[in-house]
Amino acid sequence: MNVDILAAQGISKRFDGFAALTAVDFILRKGERVGLIGPNGSGKSTFVNCLTGIIASDDGSITFDGNDITATPAWVRAKRGLARTYQIPRPFRGMTVQENIEVPLRFAVGLRSARTISDAAQVILNQVGLADKADVSPKVLTQVELRKLELGRALAARPQVLIADEVMAGLSDSEVDEILVLLTRLNDDGISILLIEHIMRAVMLFSQRIVVIVAGRKIADGLPDDVMQQDEVERAYLGE
Amino acid sequence: MSTQASPAYQPRKSTLVPTRLRSGFAIVLAGTILIAATMLVGSRVSEYYYLAAYTILQFIVLGTAWNILGGYGGYVNFGTAGFFAVGCYTTIVLNKLFQLPLLIDMAAAAATAGLLGLATGYLTLRLRGVFFSIATLALAIVLQTVIINWSFVGGARGVYVVRQEISGLFDSYAHLLVTLMVGLATCAVLAAWAVEKSWIGIGLAAIRDDETAAETSGVPSLRLKLIATTMSGALMGVAGAPFPYYITYVDPATAFSLAITVNSIAMPLIGGTATWWGPVVGAIMLGSVQQILTVTISSAANLFIVGVLLVLFVTAAPRGVVGIVRAWKRGRK
Repeated sequence: MNVDILAAQGISKRFDGFAALTAVDFILRKGERVGLIGPNGSGKSTFVNCLTGIIASDDGSITFDGNDITATPAWVRAKRGLARTYQIPRPFRGMTVQENIEVPLRFAVGLRSARTISDAAQVILNQVGLADKADVSPKVLTQVELRKLELGRALAARPQVLIADEVMAGLSDSEVDEILVLLTRLNDDGISILLIEHIMRAVMLFSQRIVVIVAGRKIADGLPDDVMQQDEVERAYLGE
Repeated sequence: MSTQASPAYQPRKSTLVPTRLRSGFAIVLAGTILIAATMLVGSRVSEYYYLAAYTILQFIVLGTAWNILGGYGGYVNFGTAGFFAVGCYTTIVLNKLFQLPLLIDMAAAAATAGLLGLATGYLTLRLRGVFFSIATLALAIVLQTVIINWSFVGGARGVYVVRQEISGLFDSYAHLLVTLMVGLATCAVLAAWAVEKSWIGIGLAAIRDDETAAETSGVPSLRLKLIATTMSGALMGVAGAPFPYYITYVDPATAFSLAITVNSIAMPLIGGTATWWGPVVGAIMLGSVQQILTVTISSAANLFIVGVLLVLFVTAAPRGVVGIVRAWKRGRK
């Protein structure tokens, strides 16, 4: 249980003169549920982009499942089992919902026969509750459905680690619960989850450990209740 | 698990050809019939019809080639004329040096232009959207400058090409060229169909919709785009290979003509970029209209008509003829 699945060391990223991330260390253990919080613009999404290979960090190293992946392209990371969702849903708009799910099944998992892929896609669609939307275009989906599609597409890559970047933003309380149940079930199945979220109720309910990033630096990392009592965290969230 | 079967698995009538191969079979059949037709017709019709047919077939190849990268992958190539001219000048160089059979010229042209496509891909595919397009435009201009200053292939003056002797199978050189072009167009369309239906086409469609999300889903985007630029470049080059024998006098202004670039973009757009048959329909439509207008009004009307049709389609039917047909089919259901 205590094996590191994803570990980042000293991740720094500058955009022109602006230091988006400064020497961030991070560990996610096998089977763990970790919440990553921080005010808007604190560097959470930049950090996720570095972890998943969408952008390259200026400094630091990342290991995944025992291998150094610092210079590994994003698609290879996806194939090895590092999946993510996007804060702003990015469906393939020219495809149907099911075809969206089939892309990672074909490319990240490497399934070949159309039959196998279609069957596997049906399973995922049922899992995220989009079975009745299989043949529609993502253009007609509601916000919550789009987020389920993001999750479904990440799941279809059969990940070891799922990074859920604000999958609940803008959803109602009951919709948040729906997603939380889904995430918890995935975690029960053995997927380690990093949840980036602003909705504190969800983060506190879900996370076994919480990491706080403020202005590109990690300022706290520990049990949820302990972290929330730290002065620095309180200041970052509530002001002086 | 849902018990609802997707439409693809409904029991279907038994036929000779499996459903997923039916289009490919139709392409081969159409090609074979056309070749048989040209063999039967021989020299019984005026040579003009062969020359007109050659132009249309050439644009089927060019439009199809452009569509592999531009339609499937969403990367707009403004340098078609450059790749086409590389094919032309490969033939010219080989013709001056060795006098090889045309089929070998074509293979060499495909290889040269394919390598050029691969190189262009490596250099430019990290550029997205409009920057990629500008880079391809620049490529065509650079190539044209090189050719203009290369006296071995005639430089800016151009060069005359002596046609090779034809075998007894064909009645005239135009007859040979058209038969050859039917075969080439068949191969090109077959290749586009195969790409579209394979993992390459699916990956390219994901890239076209959202390249970053595609990468996150495990799509090796650079590799797929390089496959597409290489295939697309090779087909454009091979389309140019017989051209010197077709017009017998080539100068850079003809080989790098703007009309080639514009037509090979306009034809897929008018026909529809989503499927292999869109560029074919577009090339036949636009190509025929151009030929008819060239004869009845003037050859200068060519590009004007392309422009008007393009504006009409982009505003009224952005998905081209394919889109219109699909909407009509949906309406009937």
